[in-house]
This record gives sequence, structure tokens and C-alpha cells, in this order.
Amino acid sequence: MKKKAKTKEKEEEIGLEELVETKEKDVISEEPVKLIVKGKRLDGRGFNELRPIKIEAGVLERADGSAYVEYGDTHALAAVYGPRELHPRHLTEPQQAVLRVKYDMIPFSVGDRKRPGPDRRSIEISKVTREALEPVVFLKHYPKTGIDVFIEIVQADAGTRVAGITAASVALADAGIEMSDLVAACSAGKIDGEVVLDMNGIEDNTGEADVPVALSPKNSKITLLQMDGQLTEDEFEKALKYAVEGCKKVYELQKAALKKKYVAATSATEGNNNQKGSE
Amino acid sequence: MTVQIVPQIERDSIYKLIESGKRLDGRNFDEYRKIELDIGVYKRAEGSARVKIGNTMVACGIKLGEAIPYPDSPDEGTLTTTAELVPMASPTFQPGPPDENAIELARVVDRGIREAKTIDLKKLCITPGEKVKSVFVDTYVLDHDGNFMDAAALGAIVALWNATMKDGEKLPVSKKPIANTFVKIANKILLDPSLEEERVMEARLTVTTDELGNIVAMQKAAAGFWTPEEVMECVRIALRKGKELRKLLK
Repeated sequence: MKKKAKTKEKEEEIGLEELVETKEKDVISEEPVKLIVKGKRLDGRGFNELRPIKIEAGVLERADGSAYVEYGDTHALAAVYGPRELHPRHLTEPQQAVLRVKYDMIPFSVGDRKRPGPDRRSIEISKVTREALEPVVFLKHYPKTGIDVFIEIVQADAGTRVAGITAASVALADAGIEMSDLVAACSAGKIDGEVVLDMNGIEDNTGEADVPVALSPKNSKITLLQMDGQLTEDEFEKALKYAVEGCKKVYELQKAALKKKYVAATSATEGNNNQKGSE
Repeated sequence: MTVQIVPQIERDSIYKLIESGKRLDGRNFDEYRKIELDIGVYKRAEGSARVKIGNTMVACGIKLGEAIPYPDSPDEGTLTTTAELVPMASPTFQPGPPDENAIELARVVDRGIREAKTIDLKKLCITPGEKVKSVFVDTYVLDHDGNFMDAAALGAIVALWNATMKDGEKLPVSKKPIANTFVKIANKILLDPSLEEERVMEARLTVTTDELGNIVAMQKAAAGFWTPEEVMECVRIALRKGKELRKLLK
């Protein structure tokens, strides 16, 4: 498939719109879809370029902490409740908090309706997400409690688990949970024989490999690493490098989102105080 | 899976030992325990294997049938992988539907088989869009003494290669993906963790490779982290160990 795509690239130069249209009309076409045209991806990005990323902290009223994250057309919402009493109580740990993560895709977040409720995929993602966050949360500071993280994917276009982790980490910080660092996540992969960063839906569906990575950037600690597809050692090393760099960019946006919320909150309180003082 | 408490004294002694470059059972850091393969042991299965890595024992069976193909792959047979951590295998395993550990095991084994394109699923098509052959890979962890991941993945691949269809034809398999699981303890990388090692591990990483030198699946687990350098070290060991293990499958 890799070779075919390359020779095809030389033979004919198809316009961008035409390609997207073919893809939508005929999903199970025998012809491999070209994902890279003239060194650019279908959406015009370079190989190690992230999609437009938007992060907002504190978007939900009732949750102790929350965040909303967009990676292009992938939209994730995360909420944190806790530290709070843990139910069922027999799960309580005397020395530390119990972190629980629930990753969920809402039925209309994908093309074919997803049946509500946990499936094997979401149970696995919940597990690896928890294990991606655990290394940075000071669970020992909150013994005998539970910290619940809820992630809802409201719109999916590849990279939902990494968007979820990015959101969850901001939500934890927004809830005031003590952490050694934030966790930023993004994925790298391979399309049309090229290693690329942050694949979108079309790229992920027809791509050759996917490597989701979560990073605690302070000391370059990888807290989530998964891979499927086929990569050589060199390709994998490159993908990992791209993903780590991507995570560092996401990290800056996470910090900016938190600062934005708290600067706004601080100035609002100061404003109120001033008003009171003048009365 | 319930949590088993590890006495501090046990944890400390394992750490000290590993810091001095040794393991509890005297193995090298990149050495497997004894691997035993019993191929075709379960007669009612179309293909089967019982794998022992040290004292860890996993039974794998292949059942073939017919199914309606998935709408997005009308001309391909179906592959379904399940895994069970049965209560007989460990005091920490509980009865009931598969928990997250069993689901993770099944999905990592499945990913290795699927991504390496082990089975030519197109050859399992009977009538496109209507009828295809279905392949079930069921793995049962019967005795858990650490690293059931590699044992299950090995058992699955051996059983697939052993599988014969009802008409006497061999299942169309062509690849031998091998999973290698590492744990990090005291900043050292250990291959094939024993139960004692798993109980004190900081992080775990499974790397599955094929005979063409590709990495086909990976999974990080447990509440610790890996550095990029450590990950690449695991990848290099996995590519080397994959070759060694593949020789067992001759």
C-alpha cells in the first residue's frame, strides 16, 4: 500500500477537494486514498503540525474542576469530583486517594451511532487514562478519599483518548488537586509512508500506524504509550519524537488556559472588593 | 482483580537486589523464564496451545464458525479475541464479567494479531457482504505467576498456526507477532516480570514485533512512567527477543 500510494503520487496530481469527496462517497474503495499531496496533508498541515487546539478551564458549574478541549474536530469535556468520600466504601485505601477515570463517547459523537454505556474499548481507554494521570497526582495527600474523573467525547475525529487526557489533566488542576505536573497528550502516526503528528479522522482510518502518547513534560516522563499499525524502529523513534514535541506544545496551551481562568477570577474578585470598599 | 499488599521488607529487598543487578530467581534482566509449549492439546478446538512461562500457565483455543461480515469489511472474515482471568488462577482474580485487566489483555493480544496481519481475513470470505468465516481466539489464564500478557499472546499465535478448518485446510496465517513485556523497577528494565516483580513494578510496557522488524503493537500500563530513552531500549530488546521466541514456533 505504501509503495502504491507513492507511485500514484507521481502519476497524477489530484486536487484537494476531489480527494475528500471520493473518500466520503466511497469509503470501501479499493484504491488507496492519498493523504499527502505535494508534501502537505489533506487539511494543509505539515507533517509535524498539530490541528488547531483549544483548551478552556472551568467550563462546568457543578464539578469541582472541569475543562473543554478541542483538537480540530475532536471535542472532549472532562470533569473532576473530589477528593470526596468514596463509594462503595470498601474500595477506600487508608494511605492514599483512589483515582477513578471514566472515558465515554456519547452516541452521536461518531458516524454510526455508538451504543451508550461502556464497551471493551472505553474500559481499556479508561484504564490507560487513569494510569496516564496517576504518576503526577499526589494521591497520598488525600488518604481515604476518591477522586473521580469523567471524560465525555462529544465529537470524535481521531485522537479522542489524547484529547480526553489533556482535558482531564486541566480539570484536575482546576479542581485544585495537588499534582507534580500537568499531563499533556497527543498522538503521532504514519500515513502514506510518512510519520506525522496528530492525525485527523480520515488519516487515522486509512493510516498505517497510530501512537498515542501522554507526557509529563517537566522531566519528559511518558505516562501513556500505545501503538497499533506497523512501524520500523526508526519510524517509531521519529513518531515518538514528534509526539513528545507535540505534547510540549499542548502543555503550553494547558498552562495558558489555567492562567486565563484564574487571572479572570482574580480580577473579578478584586473588582468586587473595590466596589465594596467604595460603598 | 483485588490488590494484594506487599510488605515493605519484601519491596525493599527486591529493590536492593535489582539495584545490584540481580533478580530474585537469578535471571538476567533480559531473560525469559522457562517457556513450555504444548500444541494442539485441546481436541475440541480447531487449534489450541497451552503455554507456560515459568509457573504462569495460559490455555488458548481457536474456534471457527460462520458469521455475517462487518459492514466496513464485507469481504473479510471476522477476528474476535477474548481473555479471561479465571478465579482459579490467583487469589486476586474474582468471578464475574471480564474486568479492565482482562479486557486490556484481550485487546493487546488482539492488536498484535490484527496489526501484524497474521490472518489473511480476505481468504475467509464465503459470500461478500453475507457470509464469512469467523475466528475466535479465546485465552484463559489458568495460573498467574506474572506476565500473563506474553504467555497469552504466544499461546494465541501458536494456536492460530495450529488451527485447521473443518475442510482440513490450514487457517490462512502468515505472520508470527511476538509480545515482550517489560517492567521498570529501581530504574532498571526487566523482561518477563515474575509475580513478585509485577507487585512492586513502577511501570509496565508491552512491545509486539513481527518477523519483518516492525513494531505492531504497544501498551504502557501501571501508575508509573517511562522516559523516551527507556522506551527505545525496550523496543530494541523486543526486536531481538522476538526473533529468539519465534524460533520456538518452528
